[in-house]
Amino acid sequence: MDQPVTYTADEMMTVSAARALRDGMTCFVGIGLPSSAANLARATHAPSLVLIYESGTIGAKPSRLPLSIGDGMLAETADAVVSVPEIFNYWLQPGRIDVGFLGAAQIDKFGNINTTAIGGDYLNPKVRLPGAGGAPEIAASCREVIVVVRQSYRSFVERVDFVTSVGYGSGPGDRERLGLTGAGPKKIITDLGVLEPDPETLEFTLTGLYPGVSAPAAKERTGWDLAIAAEPKIIAPPAPAELDALRRFQGTRARSHQ
Amino acid sequence: MAEIVSLAEAVERAIHDGDAVAMEGFTHLIPFAAGHEVIRQRRRDLTLIRMTPDLIFDQLIGAGCARKLIFSWGGNPGVGSLHRFRDAVEHSWPVPLEIEEHSHAGMANRYVAGASGLPFAVLRGYNGTGLETLSDGHGPVPTTEAPTIKPITCPFTGETLTAVSALRPDVAVIHAQRADRSGNVQLWGIIGVQKEAVLASARSVVTVEEIVDELDPRPGAVVLPSWTVSFVARVPAGAHPSYALGYSARDNDYYVAWDAIARERGMFTQWLDEQVYAAPAGQL
Repeated sequence: MDQPVTYTADEMMTVSAARALRDGMTCFVGIGLPSSAANLARATHAPSLVLIYESGTIGAKPSRLPLSIGDGMLAETADAVVSVPEIFNYWLQPGRIDVGFLGAAQIDKFGNINTTAIGGDYLNPKVRLPGAGGAPEIAASCREVIVVVRQSYRSFVERVDFVTSVGYGSGPGDRERLGLTGAGPKKIITDLGVLEPDPETLEFTLTGLYPGVSAPAAKERTGWDLAIAAEPKIIAPPAPAELDALRRFQGTRARSHQ
Repeated sequence: MAEIVSLAEAVERAIHDGDAVAMEGFTHLIPFAAGHEVIRQRRRDLTLIRMTPDLIFDQLIGAGCARKLIFSWGGNPGVGSLHRFRDAVEHSWPVPLEIEEHSHAGMANRYVAGASGLPFAVLRGYNGTGLETLSDGHGPVPTTEAPTIKPITCPFTGETLTAVSALRPDVAVIHAQRADRSGNVQLWGIIGVQKEAVLASARSVVTVEEIVDELDPRPGAVVLPSWTVSFVARVPAGAHPSYALGYSARDNDYYVAWDAIARERGMFTQWLDEQVYAAPAGQL
């Protein structure tokens, strides 16, 4: 018997997010957790995954985790480098890109994302966040969206304080009414498990759990009354190859930060 | 034709109190040295425009140069908040700061409209977001100026799209790898929105790593002909702590260290005195 593999909740989340990407897909990558997961996917089961960053690098093939979306390595390894207006107008807007891979500071039960301001009001918020960046149009125009975010009672809310990027708005019919061309968020991948929209109500429902995480624990870390699928899937723990690849990446990132 | 001058002269002649100043460079080729010269010359009441206001605008805002900020993502990439920006928004220190907030796609298209000589650009964007209502007089921000985001009906299909008003800055400031002796400018790697910013602006200041006899071609390079540029100044490492592909690497430690410097007014003021006011301008 092999020794049981030990891993952190963040590693499980990143591995789980990487698995959601299929080989050959085109993926518009946000920085942070989504970038780690997308690079892990490319290093393991999806070598032909096309990574697209909003800095205008299309088909980047980084050998370590990029430090920012403008890391020089992304430009040096890309199939094409285009301007910022071009990446949004020619590549994102027409719906050419299979999946948008986004992070979030606050997310609600309909998958709307807030990265603008939390608490108080817009002019006097409790926490001022960086703002929209490329996310609103990524959320609107990619064929589908996957969100990677750590789950907490405060960040998983009934209704976001500010809609920076639209998920399903207030429910069924909203994306169509707003003229959003992509299908919207298909998965929220957290450090506890996976949430997917209910096919009828579009409310995010817990459909998968990592080994050792209970449904009540997930419910406790959700600010809305989280529905649980009849039989949530137990997601396989990270395979040694997945963990090795992830740690190799993170090691090179830590070294390049020194 | 661009004039090749010192950085101090370029800033003195191009940028005046009250101007709208775009400083672009999308995580690469950020014109830090020019920003510091603007601080040294104590420009005031500027409307600062930048898609990704990071450290360079934190420094300008903290130094009291800005009255208003137009942007789409403000943060210290990979590190955290911009403390000087937040102090200005939340506590009006050192002076109040008005903000006008967009998405990247919106900002990029506003520059495209400006560069194209059009009053607005059209995109699919903003629908259903809180950003849409920020400038229409119905949202949380008191409307002091005309809205910059409005719905528009396509005259061919009847579809509702989004119009964003053109950006027409008084001055664009960018950093590039090279210029030749006639002032033709060449930049490559991640090229961002610099070409659009320069073409949308009435005047421009370009700092360069070096001035060469001839601009041999580089893959994917953008060339701004001399007659589209007002001033060129040679400032090696003028993008530090960001980088210039082929010349320098990003100084990641600086970004990390900035967090502690900017967190507190006293530390920041000391940094400003020692690192900006006491430092010489970039050399010709």
